[in-house]
This record gives sequence, C-alpha cells and structure tokens, in this order.
Amino acid sequence: MSTQPAIELKNITKRFGAKVIANKNVNLTAYRGEILSILGENGSGKTTLMNMISGIYFPDEGQIFIDGNEAVITSPKDAFSYRIGMIHQHFKLVEVFSAAENIVLGIDEGKYNLKNSTAEIKKISEQYGFDLDVNKKIYSMSVSEKQTVEIIKVLYRGADILILDEPTAVLTPQETQKLFAILRRMRDDGKCIIIITHKLHEVLSLSDRVSVLRKGEYVGTVNTAETSENELTEMMVGKKISLNIQRDEPKNAEDRLVVNKLTCVDRAGTTVLDDVSFTAKSGEILGIAGIAGSGQRELLEAIAGLQHLSSGEIYYFDPKTGEKENLKDKTPMQIRNMGVRLSFVPEDRLGMGLVGNMDIVDNMMLRSYRKGHSAFLERKKPKDLAMKIIHDLEVVTPSASTPVRRLSGGNVQKVLVGREIAASPTVLMVAYPVRGLDINSSYTIYNLLNEQKEKGVAIVFVGEDLDVLVELCDRIMVIGSGKINGIVDGRTATKEEIGLLMTKSKQEGAEDANE
Amino acid sequence: MIIQFICRAILLGVPLLYGSTGEIITEKSGHLNLGIPGIMYVGAISGVTGSFLYENACGNDIANMSPVLAVLIPLLCSIIGSVLMGLIYSFLTVTLHANQNVTGLALTTLGIGLGNFLGASLINITKSELPSIALTKTSSFFLTELPFADKLGWFGELFLSHDFLTYLAIIIALVATFVLNRTRVGLNLRAVGENPATADAAGINVPKYRYVATCIGSAIAGLGGLQYVMAYANGVWSNNAFGDRGWMAIALVIFAVWKPSLAIVGSFLFGALCNANNYIQGLGTETQELFKMLPYVVTIIVLIITSMRNNKQNQPPASLGVNYFREER
Repeated sequence: MSTQPAIELKNITKRFGAKVIANKNVNLTAYRGEILSILGENGSGKTTLMNMISGIYFPDEGQIFIDGNEAVITSPKDAFSYRIGMIHQHFKLVEVFSAAENIVLGIDEGKYNLKNSTAEIKKISEQYGFDLDVNKKIYSMSVSEKQTVEIIKVLYRGADILILDEPTAVLTPQETQKLFAILRRMRDDGKCIIIITHKLHEVLSLSDRVSVLRKGEYVGTVNTAETSENELTEMMVGKKISLNIQRDEPKNAEDRLVVNKLTCVDRAGTTVLDDVSFTAKSGEILGIAGIAGSGQRELLEAIAGLQHLSSGEIYYFDPKTGEKENLKDKTPMQIRNMGVRLSFVPEDRLGMGLVGNMDIVDNMMLRSYRKGHSAFLERKKPKDLAMKIIHDLEVVTPSASTPVRRLSGGNVQKVLVGREIAASPTVLMVAYPVRGLDINSSYTIYNLLNEQKEKGVAIVFVGEDLDVLVELCDRIMVIGSGKINGIVDGRTATKEEIGLLMTKSKQEGAEDANE
Repeated sequence: MIIQFICRAILLGVPLLYGSTGEIITEKSGHLNLGIPGIMYVGAISGVTGSFLYENACGNDIANMSPVLAVLIPLLCSIIGSVLMGLIYSFLTVTLHANQNVTGLALTTLGIGLGNFLGASLINITKSELPSIALTKTSSFFLTELPFADKLGWFGELFLSHDFLTYLAIIIALVATFVLNRTRVGLNLRAVGENPATADAAGINVPKYRYVATCIGSAIAGLGGLQYVMAYANGVWSNNAFGDRGWMAIALVIFAVWKPSLAIVGSFLFGALCNANNYIQGLGTETQELFKMLPYVVTIIVLIITSMRNNKQNQPPASLGVNYFREER
C-alpha cells in the first residue's frame, strides 16, 4: 500500500431536487494496492457517491483528487481518462455482440482489428485468472460471465481504480469466491479496488478497510482487521433515533391472511420465495424487512395474484362470514370477484400502480370502471373521489385533470395510496410507500396506515428504513434470499437484531461454499 | 427466354435493393424509417427535375448534352432530395423525440404528395398531351451498356448488359455489409441500434450516428427511385407509377434479416416473383393480382420462420423504433 492516496473525496455533497440529499459532506480516501469496502444500507448513498467518481453524476459541492491532483469528472469518458472504471450493477452490454466486440466497443484508437484485440484480452484474462471465451455471444452467457466481460472491459481501457457496485448480488457463493480471488490478485498488482456492498461477511473476508455511509452521510472508516460484525452493524444502522410515529395496540386481532409454505420460481429457474409461511392479522401492521430484491416484491405479487406459485397456499379469512378461501393461482379479477377486498400499493408506482399519462380522475376509474351499469363510463363518482383525495391528503396538483406523471413523487404516492384506501380494503399491502418522500409526506402516509389499522385492516408494510419499521410495525418479518429469517416483535426488536437477521442466510450460504 | 426473365427480374429488383440497403443501414442505428416509400419517391422526382432542367438548358438536343453532366446532375439532385427527407426524419425523432412510426408515415405521405406535385408541374410546363414526362435522352446515358456486352452471348446479356446503377446497387450493398461487420464504425453503429445506453456509456455519440446513418440510408434509398425512372421506365415519369415498391423494400429488409448481402439475392427473387405472372400463360387478371402478392407472402413466411427459430442473431436491432434520450441528470 502506498502513502499517496489514489483517490480522495473531500466534502462531497449531492442533492436531487431541493429536498433529497443523497450525499452530505462525504470524505473518503482509497490507496493503491488495497480493497476498500463502502458499506451502507439501501438508500445510504453508496451508489450515488460512486457514480460521481465515474462521471455519471456531478457533485454539487466538494472536490475529487486523483493521485493528489484535483480532478473534474463530468462524463464516463473523463473518468476513463483518469483511469477510473466502474462495473455497474446493471450490465451495459450489447446482447448480440461477442465478448470481444463488447470490450472494444467505443474505443477510438488505431486500426480496427478484432484479432489483435482478442489477443490482448486473452493476455489480461490470463494475468488475473479470468475464465472467458472471447467469442461467446453475451446472450448465451451466465450472469457471472457477463460480469467478467464488464470487468475486463474496464481493465482493457487501462483502469487502475476499479469500482464494483454490489458485484456479488447476482452471483452464487462459488462464483463470489472466484471473483474475490481475482480482486485480491488485482489488489496485489497495485490496483485500487472499491467495492460497494451491504453484506458484512464479504466486507470482513475481502477488504482491507471499510468506509461506512448512513443516510448519505459519512460515518467513518475502520481497518477490517480491527473491527467486528457488531461494530460494523452499529455503524451502519446507527443509534436509535426516535421518530415518534404513533403506534396503538392492535385491537381484536384475528387471522386475516395465512400464507403457508409458499414457494415461487421465476422464469430463469431461480427460487425467489422459499417455503414462506406467516400470518397477517387484522388491526395490525406487519412489517417486512430485508435487503432489496430478497423476494419482497414476489411475495406481495403472489398474494395479489400476479405471480405463479410453485407450491404452498394463501388463505384469506372473510371478516363477515369467517369463511376460509384459497387465493392460490387466482387472477386479480377472480380474487376481487370472490369478495376479497385486497389493496396493493406496488413499489413501481407509475408502472404498476398508476398510468402516468392519465389524470387523477381516470386513474381513480381504473379501479371502479366495472361498477357502472350503463354502456357509458360513470365519471361522477371517480371525480368526487379524486377531489376528496386531493383535499384530504393535500395533493399538490394544478387540477384533477393533470396527468399524474407530472406530479412529484410524494403526490403520486398520495394519489395511489388514497385510491387503494378508498376501496375500503380488509388487507392492505404497501411496498416502500415513503421511498423518495420528504418527512411531511412520509408522516401523512404513516397516519393513513394507522387509520386503516384502527379500522381493523390487516396491513403488510414492506420498508427499507429500519428506524421506521421498528417504530411503526407491530411485528416485523425479516426476509433474506426468499426465506424467512425470523419474525420479531416490533415493540421490543432493535435495529441491530434486524440488521443481523437480514444478512443471516447469505452468510450461511457463503460458509457452505467455503467448506 | 430464361435469360430475359432473369434480366427482367434484376431490373425490377434493383430499386428494391437500393431501398432495403438504405433501410437496413437506417434500422441498424435503431431508426425504423417507414418514410422510405416517400423518400424513394422524392429521390426519383428530384432526379427527374434535375435532368428535366438540364435537358431544357441544352435545348432538348442530345448533341449538346455532356454524358457526365447528364448522369451527375440527376444523381446529385436525387441524393440532395432524399438526404433532406432523411434530415427531416432525424430532426423530428432524434432532436424532438417524435414517435418514429408516425414521423415515417408522415414522410411517406409528404414524399408522395411532393413527388406528384412536382411531377404534375413539370407535365404542365411541357404542355404534353400525355400525363407523363419523357426524359429519354438522359435515360439513354443511364442505360449505356458495357462495350463488349453484346459480343458475349448469354453471358454478356446476363452479367454485363445492365445499367450502371444496377452494378452500383450491388457494390453499395457489398460495401455496406463490409462496413457493418468489419469496421469500427459498423460496430459502433450496430451498438447504437442494439443498446444506445451502452453505446453512450462507451463514449459513442448516439445522436450523431443516428443522424448520419439515417441520411446515408435515405440517400441510398432515393437512388432506387432514380434507377426506377431512368432505367426501368426508360426515363418516363408519370405520377404514381412507382407503386408500392417502397413498401416492398421494407418487406425485403425483413426477408434479408437485416443483412445487405442477403438483400441482393432477395431483391432479385422479389423481382422474379413480381414478374412471374407475365411469363405464365393463361392467367386471368384476378390471378395476376394474386401473383403480385407473392413477395409479401414470402416475407411473412420468413418472419414466421425467424421468430420460430428463436435465433438471437437474425433478429431486428433490439432498440429498433425506440428513441434514445439520456436520463436527465
């Protein structure tokens, strides 16, 4: 490790719009010949920070120094000229091209000769121990092979500062071990490696130093050898902050939704939900915590009738008749016709929840258009409902006939939640309802959820902010890699406990691979 | 008889070859330019206008006309006309983010309207009895055969007797194949059509590639219109005689699975299919119409086969028809 930092960030601040601060006064230093981990929860600003180094975003404040000289990086091309290469979570590859074609794409030097380039690519592969067939087309590659192409692409351009954004999220434990071996070889070769992750055991086994971010702010840097999982967890989740969200005791809680041994396999053949069982009770908020992409979306979609189940049952208990109905393999329309009042606020608001080009009234109608009896649409009631939502939830909009895509994120969310609540559900499922919302809008949503809880609705709340989960929810279910890692009482659970549960199964998987 | 049939098929196929080579280059950049029929029409009428003015300037006397100018003037006019159309298309879709299908269809309507307007105006100027303009003098320059073509029997007739625009079409298609597959520009262009975001991240100027590819493609397609008037129709322009050749060129793009080299063979096959009805005895008018349908039937069959085989190589560019704008920062 040299004494001159390869890259140094000083007081970096980045805002999105006026309210969202993605990074605030972040200071960071990385040396050549070391692996630095950037650790933080979802939404802690890790990726934003790295995007500023790789030229995708430009910082609002602060400076970046490369080898001691101040650098202005305004585009990915600039980043390359400073020999910085970033491997994104979502690969940027042309599917019908071969690995070699993707690697040389966009390089504007010398004569175009794929054979010479291929030889050079092979040299790089051998140097670091990559296993790659340069003539293979991307579409016939596995995820791990695609990642290899991305890494070689960056090396081919001569990068010696490599940033990897959650490189292991898509890999099997064996592939992860292979990647780590390569990264260590690159470190020994004098390259500076920065790896973004939220998996503690990876941090401990791979990196030399760890920098922790929390909610966009820099918490600190520790030497991996001198730290422990507990210390890192505490740095990551922070001390308990009191948010003062109202939480009443559940009244007359009875079983409303019973999920029994649910298993889902996606199109690629990966098991996304594995033997999931839980019960959602009326008058209670059940929180679901977990790293993004652990199966939360699939779980909610399975209940809503949008995801095919491989096995398992979903039972709904009708509050009036007490009858038990199986929702397995029913379409959303069939579920509605059975008299099950299920409301779903999906994570993708303008994709699944609302139609961006339609106005608020028309979006209301999406849920009620079947109720009319004549051949013409009934516009009066949806209009009244739209006006009521605009008034009650204080939606900021020029009028009820403004296309919803023109509203801000918070207002879009209010319209969606308002509509779903207006259907007076007995089960309400919400996914990341406060993502991207400012404090006031967030509290509006919490209050709405609490009102519904008061009315005896069973609420399933998928969230990412552990502070909110432990203050709002009655029970918290922790999900990891499609499995339930534990269900804890929201009143007694601590963030550290949940944080450890979140990473539990991954750790076991990695240890299995080591054996 | 067979030789004659093949020559006729080639003559009929060449405008389609120009149109589809141009459209393939355009589509490789991710632009689904449905304005090709209009652009070919404009390419034709621009060339006709150019040669009409030149013939008039020479006092309609072939002795005064220079062979080089008689060929170059229509050629340049045609290229200028169709590049302007390509520029309109690129400006609307790349700069203004207009929908590609709507823009293309509008250009087809515009091109055909413009062509008919200019055509009718020229006919008015000549005060001709017939609803057409004959540029037979210019055409004769275009139709000059290779000197030894008629001395080599069937070989000469089959390979050497064509007008120079036919050979140019084949050369352009072969050069396009080479550029697309063997050069850096081709690699970058294909990347732009497949995944513009990736191309952008790799430092390729996506708007520039789309503009240039569309304009070059339009220029090539426009030459197809010119070849139709000067070689196929012997220099006689009449409104709407060009027919649905533009659409057939677009069908040929699919038939050739986006490969200019295959488009050469495909265009001659389409030419043969279009012409077969004239060589089969005893067909009624209604059966003749059925025969004219054959190129489209063949295209549909190719579409079915390529989608059934699920081969990722022979698919349209992945971002075909999708405008690219870098996410707002």
